[in-house]
Amino acid sequence: MTQAENLSQAFELGFTYTRSTGPVVGRFLSALRERRIFGIRASDGRVIVPPAEYDPDTAAALDEFVEVGQCGSIVSWCWVKQPRAAHPLQQPFAWAMIRLDGADVPMVHCVAAAAEEQLATGARVRVVWAEEPRGYITDIRCFELLGETVGETASPAGGSGAAGDLPTPGDVAAVTRIDAPIYLHYNFTAGAAPARFLTRIREGVLTGQRCPRCANVYIPPRGSCPACGVATDEEVVLPDKATVQSFTVVAIPIPNNPIKPPFVIANLVLDGANISFIHLMSECQNSEVHIGQRVQAVWKPEAQWTYAMDNIRYFRPIDEPDVPVERIGKLPITGWEG
Amino acid sequence: MKEIAVVAFSQSDCLAQAGAANEVELIMPQLQAVFGQVGLNNAQDVDFVCSGSCDYLQGAAFAFVAGVDALGAVPPIKESHVEMDAAWALYEAILKIRMGHAESALIYGFGKSSSGELPIVLSQQLDPYYLAPLWLDSVSLAAMQARLLLDRGLATERTMAEVVVRARRNAIGNPHAQVSGEFSLAELLAADTVVSPLRQSDCAPVADGAAAMIICSVEKAREWGVPYALLSGIDHRIETHNLGMRDLTDSVSTRQAATAAGAGRGPVEVAELYAPFSHQEIILTRALGLGNDTLVNPSGGVMAGNLMMASGLSRIGEVFRRIVSGDIARGLAHATAGPCLQHNLVAVLESA
Repeated sequence: MTQAENLSQAFELGFTYTRSTGPVVGRFLSALRERRIFGIRASDGRVIVPPAEYDPDTAAALDEFVEVGQCGSIVSWCWVKQPRAAHPLQQPFAWAMIRLDGADVPMVHCVAAAAEEQLATGARVRVVWAEEPRGYITDIRCFELLGETVGETASPAGGSGAAGDLPTPGDVAAVTRIDAPIYLHYNFTAGAAPARFLTRIREGVLTGQRCPRCANVYIPPRGSCPACGVATDEEVVLPDKATVQSFTVVAIPIPNNPIKPPFVIANLVLDGANISFIHLMSECQNSEVHIGQRVQAVWKPEAQWTYAMDNIRYFRPIDEPDVPVERIGKLPITGWEG
Repeated sequence: MKEIAVVAFSQSDCLAQAGAANEVELIMPQLQAVFGQVGLNNAQDVDFVCSGSCDYLQGAAFAFVAGVDALGAVPPIKESHVEMDAAWALYEAILKIRMGHAESALIYGFGKSSSGELPIVLSQQLDPYYLAPLWLDSVSLAAMQARLLLDRGLATERTMAEVVVRARRNAIGNPHAQVSGEFSLAELLAADTVVSPLRQSDCAPVADGAAAMIICSVEKAREWGVPYALLSGIDHRIETHNLGMRDLTDSVSTRQAATAAGAGRGPVEVAELYAPFSHQEIILTRALGLGNDTLVNPSGGVMAGNLMMASGLSRIGEVFRRIVSGDIARGLAHATAGPCLQHNLVAVLESA
């Protein structure tokens, strides 16, 4: 068994989700665009900011919006010495639970400050608005410190107290959905068994792995026999001849796929292997591709070989007799004699 | 209702980076270990399989499906998955047995957090309108919780460091520990904070790895002829996702779960608590009313290494091991999920 290189590759896993806001969140976000902050009154009279859709105790739907102040007091905080790339502020900053004036339930946001020493529980803060509020929580760019400090429990009334001319979901102006771009960064590792396979294919060698229990040979190997649930350590070098187990002719363009339709993708079983993999077929009449057909790999020039299955450009038909369906996936490494 | 027996448990070493190993390669050695403890071949020999993991940790779509390759799922098996710590997979498996739909079950959990930036990945489990867009990370959330404790005099930086010193000392006896050893309070307190008030030592080291367990009815355990511990109670409770509405200095949900699981019906000799941050062990110990007669985290807990999606199951496994070895007769295990101990599970184990 060859030693596995630790093959890894950085990649981004990302998608911009679209989220419906619903009426309560939508009204809150709509108001942010007007540089105003609204909470909602719970059944017990507490004002929750940002507003909750349902009462935390009774589960009743809530609808009494209350405007709150744009200043508040820090209930708790932490100091981020080394902001992460995803964080909203890239200088050292604080996260804080902030009870806005007129609110009872603290909200969490970031606080810009020059140094940790300036932060304190009870410190007074004020909203810093984004230059162009768009109906997102990040319309509150951050909070900044005011010079004063009040007791932690003090919560002076603020804001107009009434919902006033708050936009409703029926309004043209109301926010009803937000984009939520979530882009995460990873360093993907191939796994020990796939890494050994990829290391060998870089040298133009196809290696499967044999199950010690049922003797099935898997390529590409993943490190286990899924049928038996045991590790597959024994490596088997396989030829580059295969049999078509099934196929399809792709007639529609696939986004981001450079190959122009129509083209053939096929489930192919290498001689000596017991499970198929998917690859392309070419140098063939699409209409004549059939199950049991014999094919062989067409490799890229050696100088272009890398840790990838597409070192093989595609498989092309060869002049060998067809394999009967019941023999597909059961051929010896020595191939098919017909 | 059928009584539940825990018959096998295994956990991998806690590794900061599991290197080339993929999901299957992380899981398989633990499955082989628990099959070996009972004398089973593979998942065909149990009635039900349930796993816990989260694909976002390693950023590999359907990693939990790839994990099934470790089971021996031909012919098809009854299988389920929770996007949570495997302690909740255990809960599902227990329900399955108690409902009479299975006599035995395999449970496993795994995670490879080193592939991504875990605190940022976890920010995306928060409220999608109000918090996730801020990328509020899990360490910062815990730090704000710690500050509340400090401000209210419920913990000091010293009592937090004491948790770490004891955990790392206990971890010396844990062969799977990532961090262990004798450390002085002064040494820990001399270090700077990373996200104040938390020091790096207050944060459990995140680990790659896996854990597995086999449970069954008591009748089945007798038939198999293997030593077992009774899992006499289990319950889990969740608090509101709105952090501002929770009392972050307490863990009401843990207390409720412990009561429902029957924790108070006998002495708690050992408590294995899933506290990823030092101050959270202080919260949990108080919420559970544990006194000096309870040994807390003799394994070192997750301060020895935090196997995301498996650490909760491992807490239960640690108590199981101490019971079948005869060290103790009764213990409690706790698992947590979500920010600042939002969701908590308590299991009570007793000698047969």
